[in-house]
Amino acid sequence: MIEAKHIYKSFADNDVLKDISISFEKGKTNLIIGKSGSGKTVLMKCLVGLLDADKGEIDYDGRVFSGMSPRDKKRLRQEMGMLFQGGALFDYMSVEENIMFPLMMFTKFSSGEKLDRVNFCLERVNLKKANKLMPSELSGGMTKRVAIARAISMKPKYLFCDEPNSGLDPQTSGLIDDLIKEITEDLEITTIVNTHDMNSVLNIGDAVAYLHEGKLWWTGTKEEIMDADNKELQEFVFATELTKRLKK
Amino acid sequence: MLKQFGIYFILMSNVFRRPDKWSAFRKQLMTEFYSLGVESLGIVAIISVFMGAVLAIQTAFNIDTPLVPMTMVGFTTRQGIVLEFSPTIISLILAGKVGSRIASEIGTMRSTEQIDALEIMGVNPANFLILPKIIASMLINPFLITISIFLGLFGGWLACITTGLVASEDYISGLRSWFNPFSITYAMIKTVVFAYIISSVSGFFGYTVKGGALDVGSASTKAVVQSSILIIIFNLILTQLLLT
Repeated sequence: MIEAKHIYKSFADNDVLKDISISFEKGKTNLIIGKSGSGKTVLMKCLVGLLDADKGEIDYDGRVFSGMSPRDKKRLRQEMGMLFQGGALFDYMSVEENIMFPLMMFTKFSSGEKLDRVNFCLERVNLKKANKLMPSELSGGMTKRVAIARAISMKPKYLFCDEPNSGLDPQTSGLIDDLIKEITEDLEITTIVNTHDMNSVLNIGDAVAYLHEGKLWWTGTKEEIMDADNKELQEFVFATELTKRLKK
Repeated sequence: MLKQFGIYFILMSNVFRRPDKWSAFRKQLMTEFYSLGVESLGIVAIISVFMGAVLAIQTAFNIDTPLVPMTMVGFTTRQGIVLEFSPTIISLILAGKVGSRIASEIGTMRSTEQIDALEIMGVNPANFLILPKIIASMLINPFLITISIFLGLFGGWLACITTGLVASEDYISGLRSWFNPFSITYAMIKTVVFAYIISSVSGFFGYTVKGGALDVGSASTKAVVQSSILIIIFNLILTQLLLT
């Protein structure tokens, strides 16, 4: 479980996060939703330590991340996997080398063991035999799947996904969502997904947190979100013509 | 300006750490030897030959009294090439070629979140990306400069014999006259310092990129300009310290 307690973050005079307290449960796909500029990405960056919160505490299963020494942080980070918006694959490495990279850096696996793990991860994301491809040869959906494979190669306890569906067609988005949910349940990990895609919310949102102007506005499940009595949330959920018609 | 110095020194304190994995560091180092060193051989060779040739012709052209022996052409070319042209001019060329490459490579990795990905994995990105480039530059550049010196002297000889301005024996005799081995030490010290400046300054500008493609381009330009200015300043400082 990941807990954020009273998180504040500002850039110059711009208060981006204001007193965010939230917990993300293990084995569930936890979604953070909100409009662009609501603070979703900043919150995720604070959670993983890419940004330091101005105030507040972040706990990983009772371990206080925000106060850890760099050495302990480094150790904890080996328990994290992250899927970045653009995939963030190392473009001078092949698919195989990308997935093998964390294994090479932090394990004492033999070459055979590393290759087995790479093949297992690729199979898990339905990308068999893509080992030798370079990132430039991959489609958007394949890039995301390879990035997921890399994120799970070290058997993480915590998986973070920043806008996993951005730039993908609805069908591929659905596949990526399903994959994230399956992995979360199979590996019993704590997954946090940052999105503003309502399809994802209704598809995989075990727990949903809505951020509005840097504040935690609403929390609930995908079942509860449609009937939530919250004006800003309703405006966000039913922002498109399609969802408005569906509501009617 | 002061803030930038502060950020640079903080970055360098992260760069000069024990690598997370030595085998990965060695692999990176070999890649950098190739991309920063071997791939620069062509431009270094061409510039050195022409630089030596021009230096020899200009020297010969300026000797207009029979009281100065023609061996002075070889001597002057050697002194010019060894003391200044090869270590400084070639380093300035490398600041353009290698510096822009380092800054744009690391800057692109920053703008596409590859550096964040390294950090999330628990890798020290500054150490993993910049240290091999600094070490590779500091080790390979002396070889490049040595090659440049030989090719510069060869270029001078080639110019002398093809134009007929100086006899081959006179040029070679000049090359061998009044040789002080410390001039090679001086050239190598300058080369190593300049190599550090090029790789660390370019690494700094690439690593601290904020934004997209335009910012990467701007960081690359800044890296070349700042490295070149620092090379010129340190050239003066080192010359003052080592030769006086």
